[in-house]
Amino acid sequence: MTDAAIIWFTVRMAALATALLIPPALALALLLARGTWRGKSVIETLVALPLVMPPVATGLILLKLVPHSVVFTWRAVVIAMMVMSSPFIVRAARVAFENVNPRYEQIARTLGAHEPRVFFTITLPLALRGIAGGVVLGFARALGEFGATILVAGNIPGRTTTLAVAIYDRVQLGRDSAAWPLVIAGVVVAFVAIWLSEKSTRRRT
Amino acid sequence: MTLVIENLVVPLAHFDLEVTATMSARVTAIFGPSGAGKTSLLDAIAGLRALKSGRITFDDVVLSDLPARARRIGYVPQETALFPHLSVARNIRYGGRHNEEHVVSVLEIEHLLDRGVTSLSGGEQKRVALARALLAAPRLLLLDEPLAGLDWPLRDRVMALLQRVRDDFNVPMLYVTHDEAELAAIADEVVTLDAGRVSS
Repeated sequence: MTDAAIIWFTVRMAALATALLIPPALALALLLARGTWRGKSVIETLVALPLVMPPVATGLILLKLVPHSVVFTWRAVVIAMMVMSSPFIVRAARVAFENVNPRYEQIARTLGAHEPRVFFTITLPLALRGIAGGVVLGFARALGEFGATILVAGNIPGRTTTLAVAIYDRVQLGRDSAAWPLVIAGVVVAFVAIWLSEKSTRRRT
Repeated sequence: MTLVIENLVVPLAHFDLEVTATMSARVTAIFGPSGAGKTSLLDAIAGLRALKSGRITFDDVVLSDLPARARRIGYVPQETALFPHLSVARNIRYGGRHNEEHVVSVLEIEHLLDRGVTSLSGGEQKRVALARALLAAPRLLLLDEPLAGLDWPLRDRVMALLQRVRDDFNVPMLYVTHDEAELAAIADEVVTLDAGRVSS
């Protein structure tokens, strides 16, 4: 499998994982930002867990949770990526929603807007920069995912081998020099992602 | 056009707002020192603050049974709360386009329509916020310290516009202020609020 194919596969999987994650992550972030409800702090902690848990431990839990037909397929790659990047997106979106002055939403309601309209025309556009920053970071995290992926999706060339898994694989086989192009690709993508994320969060004043 | 507030109780940070009042003038001022609960009263009427008990009726409509979006109360908050990501035109049309040409001309904002709201001066922001409330065809207009934060010559100009709105549009107003000069300029009736209670 060529380096380009590995990178392209990883980018596609990370993009899919991020896209699938956005709607539920935003819904959860909004609940955390606006509501007060029982069990909220438990959910907050659960959301943050993948940040601090060993990714292989998360991978092992996923291995037990996902259906057999999904394990060691590209779907498992996507699931591992979604779980590992969810804290970045949920937490960024939560802060972004909290920073929207609720007065705008209230006035929109007095002007006759129902809740979905308030969300899509007021809350979401005003939070968009902060959310975008989190999405870019989440995408970058998905690109680099290793520990959970290797357990739940394995290393099947052309089917589940991602950038990070391929680097590990080559180093294991003593082919360090073959790993370097992938490392450089990884650094470039991560650099651009963090730079974009910083830019999108900072420009908002 | 009569607004009836019966046995209203709204819990606030330091005391309960407790109001019973009937307001039927074109412009009723709600007068009192800052911290008296004036803005909270407007919020309660607009449906933005939960009531502990009581009832708010406008003519034969029980407002307190309706969610904020169904009350048709035009609200111009003190900080105007113009939507910062929308142009002036999209701000004022957010709740509808009732009587748009007339409102835009009375409030003299034609030339601002394509502007972003963050570049507006204080007086312009007040006019745009007023237009936004009026275009939604409100039953009642709530004005929270509409002259606050404006310099003197501008205050007179905005007051003249408010008098014009009172005369041109058939919408009763509740006008919150702590300034007696404003009472004389625009109010037909005054409800005085102090520490959450109506005093007479």
